[in-house]
Amino acid sequence: MKPFREHRGLVVPLDRVNVDTDQIIPKQFLKRIERTGFGQFLFYDWRFSADGKKNADFVLDEPRYEHASILVAGKNFGCGSSREHAVWALADFGFRAVISSSFADIFANNSVKNGFLAVRLEEDETEELMRRARELNEYEVTINLERCEVRDDLGFCAKFPMDEFVRHCLIHGLDDIGLTLQHEAEIAAYEARHPVPSALQPVQT
Amino acid sequence: MSGKRTLFEKIWDAHLVAEPGGRSPIVYIDLHLVHEVTSPQAFDGLRASGRKVRQPLRTIATVDHNIPTEPRGTVITDLVAAKQIAALQANCREFGVRLFDMDSPDQGIVHVIGPELGLTQPGMTIVCGDSHTSTHGAFGALAFGIGTSEVEHVLATQCLAQQKPKTMKIDVRGRFAEGVTAKDLALGIIGQIGTDGATGHVIEYAGEAVRALSMEGRMTLCNMSIEAGARAGLVAPDEVTFAYVKGRRFAPRDSEWERSLESWRGLPTDHGANFDRIVEMDAAQLCPFVTWGTNPGMVAPVTGRVPEPGSLSESDRRATELALQYMDLQPGKRIEEIDVDRVFIGSCTNSRIEDLRAAARVARGHHVSGKVRAMVVPGSQTVKRAAEREGLHQIFLDAGFEWRESGCSMCLGMNPDILQPGERCASTSNRNFEGRQGRGGRTHLVSPMMAAAAAIAGHFTDIRNWKFQ
Repeated sequence: MKPFREHRGLVVPLDRVNVDTDQIIPKQFLKRIERTGFGQFLFYDWRFSADGKKNADFVLDEPRYEHASILVAGKNFGCGSSREHAVWALADFGFRAVISSSFADIFANNSVKNGFLAVRLEEDETEELMRRARELNEYEVTINLERCEVRDDLGFCAKFPMDEFVRHCLIHGLDDIGLTLQHEAEIAAYEARHPVPSALQPVQT
Repeated sequence: MSGKRTLFEKIWDAHLVAEPGGRSPIVYIDLHLVHEVTSPQAFDGLRASGRKVRQPLRTIATVDHNIPTEPRGTVITDLVAAKQIAALQANCREFGVRLFDMDSPDQGIVHVIGPELGLTQPGMTIVCGDSHTSTHGAFGALAFGIGTSEVEHVLATQCLAQQKPKTMKIDVRGRFAEGVTAKDLALGIIGQIGTDGATGHVIEYAGEAVRALSMEGRMTLCNMSIEAGARAGLVAPDEVTFAYVKGRRFAPRDSEWERSLESWRGLPTDHGANFDRIVEMDAAQLCPFVTWGTNPGMVAPVTGRVPEPGSLSESDRRATELALQYMDLQPGKRIEEIDVDRVFIGSCTNSRIEDLRAAARVARGHHVSGKVRAMVVPGSQTVKRAAEREGLHQIFLDAGFEWRESGCSMCLGMNPDILQPGERCASTSNRNFEGRQGRGGRTHLVSPMMAAAAAIAGHFTDIRNWKFQ
């Protein structure tokens, strides 16, 4: 997993609440069996018309936001389906983080597993960032995970909450399967106390 | 601490493998359900790191999301979908995982077959790479959806590192009126607390109205927990639960059954245990609901009207305006005046035998409106056979509904069952997001009875006034 310590980048405002994972990556693109290549389908139904032409009005495709790497959006971002493809699509498109006042639980979990940051700020703070990203040219912020802080060059500075262990894994890019397997002895002991029920055993022939 | 624990806390405590200092607790997973869409990358991950499936016997797979609901044996013309299905078949063979494949008499939507086969049992921890895993909470099992990285984690370790969620009790007093179902309760709850109302929480549904629900009604209710943002939904197991589980193929038998029963009886929340949040509702105040917008919290009574954005707060107003624009609805329009083009009866929310019985009772002796295309998609092959034994399929066919093979179908439109742009659908599924059932399609969520009635009337109509024949 790619470590995340600090990232400075251009901010694009997506002024919508309850952005669901069906919007982030529509279902017709979930049939791929790879983990890569989803960026081209990000927000597909908003970015492209039914005949595949680009919708120039959609904020992600405004030339001024072309190199954005931080998305700021309304509350309850990533709600709905558990599809991790949503995070893969955002990351593959070039985003390193989404800032919102709240995230759906599964989306937040999926983010962590991909070294992608779901940054939770207060509602007035996300609105302020959204306003600045709209009104100022080349508006950039720096997200620092060591200090759990988002700041810009104009005096905006806000702290965000982050579970200490999650933060540790993100900063060091740790593989959490490996971490869990460090507890092999405890898992094996648990399994010895709780054997697989006989009904799940293969039928003897 | 009082030492009094909730149902959730009892399951959580019983599954703690390790609580490493400064880290998320490690929780054991009893049952891992797998389907074709969210698993291929997880199996690839195992191969890349040379890992095995730790507990193949606790891992059960089926195909449901992208399979056609045409008669079985039809060639899958969507080559990308066919490749994904083939990948699951190959992965199950390679890693020794039990698969209920397309030609299996037990195939079906993963959240329908788990309970049906007796795999889902009280007190278990159950995960699946699908958000509607919350369905299994109806049995008093802690069941939640995970992403593909976590699927790989469970395959490799049979555990998950999880932060402990908060608890919320939704206490539903009183009794439902005639024509009001578990689906209406779910929609009523989401309408009240919002689509993020339970984020970070495990909900326990309690109260007289919940106790009165059948297992299938409880599954419908728990299924929609995720639409309120909840990590999981739970109903305490009781005699209704035990009677449902007993004798099913993977249920405990003989002395194992007796031992299980004894431990299950200890699961319900202790009297006086604390919840982080409590919501109270009155079942008698509920009515048949219809969603009018683009998330499941945008809901109105069937006798109500599409809301006026002007009457709402700033942020709600904008979301409402966008939703009404997408849905092509005028503020103030009566719900019963909304015409439908399509009707879908199916999905892990409402595709079980009781759902089909309820819809068939409405359809009997009537005919689908000439301008509506209506389909019934049973949740599993077992549900389909049961319905055919009872003659429900004939009632649907006589009334002009299509009777199809089991799968997720038009709930998410990954297979060929999709809405065309602009089509409006009364659907018994769980999500009315933009484009969910097909790009440009407009979804209204309702109960199976309300969906069947809309198919016949050609518009939404109050099931409480229905002329049953």
